[in-house]
Amino acid sequence: MIESNTITKGLDVQAIRQQFPALNRQVKGQPLVYFDNAATTQKPQVVIDALVDYYTNYNANVHRGIHTLAEEATALFEASRNAARQFINASSREEIIFTRGTTEGINLVAYTWGRKNIKAGDEIIITEMEHHSNIVPWQILCEEKGAVLKMIPQRDGVLLLDEYKKLLSSKTKLVSVVHVSNALGTVNPVEDIITLAHQAGALVLVDGAQSTVHLDIDVQALDCDFFAFSSHKVYGPTGIGVLYGKKHLLEAMPPFQGGGEMIKEVTLEKTTYADLPYKFEAGTPNIGDAAVLKTALEFVTKIGKEKVRHHENELLAYATGLLKQIPGVTIIGNAPNKVSVVSFVIDKVHPQDIGILLDNRGIAVRTGHHCAQPLMVCYGIPGTIRASFAMYNTKEEVDKLIVGLEKALKMLL
Amino acid sequence: MSEHKSIQAIEDELVEEFSLFDSWDDKYEYIIDMGKKLAPLENEHKLDENKVRGCQSTVWLVSEYNDGLIRFKADSDAIITKGLVSMLIRVLSNHTPDEIIDADLGFIQKIGMTTHLAQTRANGLLSMVKQMKNFALAYKIKNSMTHG
Repeated sequence: MIESNTITKGLDVQAIRQQFPALNRQVKGQPLVYFDNAATTQKPQVVIDALVDYYTNYNANVHRGIHTLAEEATALFEASRNAARQFINASSREEIIFTRGTTEGINLVAYTWGRKNIKAGDEIIITEMEHHSNIVPWQILCEEKGAVLKMIPQRDGVLLLDEYKKLLSSKTKLVSVVHVSNALGTVNPVEDIITLAHQAGALVLVDGAQSTVHLDIDVQALDCDFFAFSSHKVYGPTGIGVLYGKKHLLEAMPPFQGGGEMIKEVTLEKTTYADLPYKFEAGTPNIGDAAVLKTALEFVTKIGKEKVRHHENELLAYATGLLKQIPGVTIIGNAPNKVSVVSFVIDKVHPQDIGILLDNRGIAVRTGHHCAQPLMVCYGIPGTIRASFAMYNTKEEVDKLIVGLEKALKMLL
Repeated sequence: MSEHKSIQAIEDELVEEFSLFDSWDDKYEYIIDMGKKLAPLENEHKLDENKVRGCQSTVWLVSEYNDGLIRFKADSDAIITKGLVSMLIRVLSNHTPDEIIDADLGFIQKIGMTTHLAQTRANGLLSMVKQMKNFALAYKIKNSMTHG
């Protein structure tokens, strides 16, 4: 058994690995090396157990009915909301809206706040390194309203803040910016971006899909107006996420979807809406996954983000150093402040070929445009090979990646 | 004597060839080799309209119809994909529209392609097959209109 005191000094990676059953899998006859953590992390046993426990012992619909199961399910669901509030340091539980994930959170803001507040000629600013989920909702909104979408440019993975300052004006109504780039790993200076936006009178949405698992998130200190993240990238279940919004903004926003749960009173003439956060949670929510989000967040907090960050950054530096020694490799995105994501291309080799040949050795990386096509266009490439590291990855696994790459290149070139 | 092998005979040949390999590394090496040996497609054919949809990499596929036989030419920016399309060309090229339409292409499954390749890439392979069969169907219809 694992002794708990082995965890106190640094990160006991072997002990952590034992908590992730999927890591015991064999892929193509080899032990799985899972380096696609920016897409989704594997789940620890406590999260899997909590899901089973929920459906085994508590399953009921929430906020309705006075029977015991309904009350217990509601208590679990709301406890998870509190855990999410604490995890990102929101000031109240009313500011925590359960969504399907980051994408739905951003769409919620676009469809409710956006439709109400954006007019013809208004401007919304995003960045060149956005995921499609933080581009398309704003394109749809801008097209509908006759508003203008602008992009902060980047160079070698770093946003050009001077260009950003030039884009800001009294026409700017919203700045929606990715906290950490999924394709490059860059940690963007959202504090400065938010301060500047607020000075111009604009609101700020932070896409926290990639940042929440790595960085300490304090939405009050950031002073962002909206913040969205997904459970499944923070070792939690898929299909659940959180949208944080400042209370006075959420209160003034029209509902997203109509249905049960989100109403106070319905007559044929007029419906009054429920209080926050329920106004934005129409229909039966994803109760099981929401309830288990708490387990995942507590798991991360217990292990300690700082320790994990230290470990992941070591892996990043180690992998980056070794990759640079492979002839023909170019690292895409060399920002000084990065999370554990390394994206690269190799001369005369298509990323997909590398992905296939690495998969054949049980190594899971992501290849392609990473849902960030405008960014790929900036670099003039169809896509990259991306390895992204989590708390359970090891240097030995990085070594396997390097060996796998060298063998692949020998076959391909 | 003309060396006109049936599609089935070529499929059997491929299954036989792949059965010689013990590991997928070797199979991939062979596929890559086929990709490298595929005659490059002239740049004039590398047009958007010749792209096969549904592949993560870019695949261009063109066809010619002469003396009742269809000949395919293709290229890809990814070498394994190019190897896969090269295999399809070897099997289907130089056959009549009917033969191509009726080909069951069981070799894809027999050499383990569908189970080994992840679903998205397998779909890319199926997109190529579909596109080749579409060409055959188009020539067949054109034939029946001119001769029928």
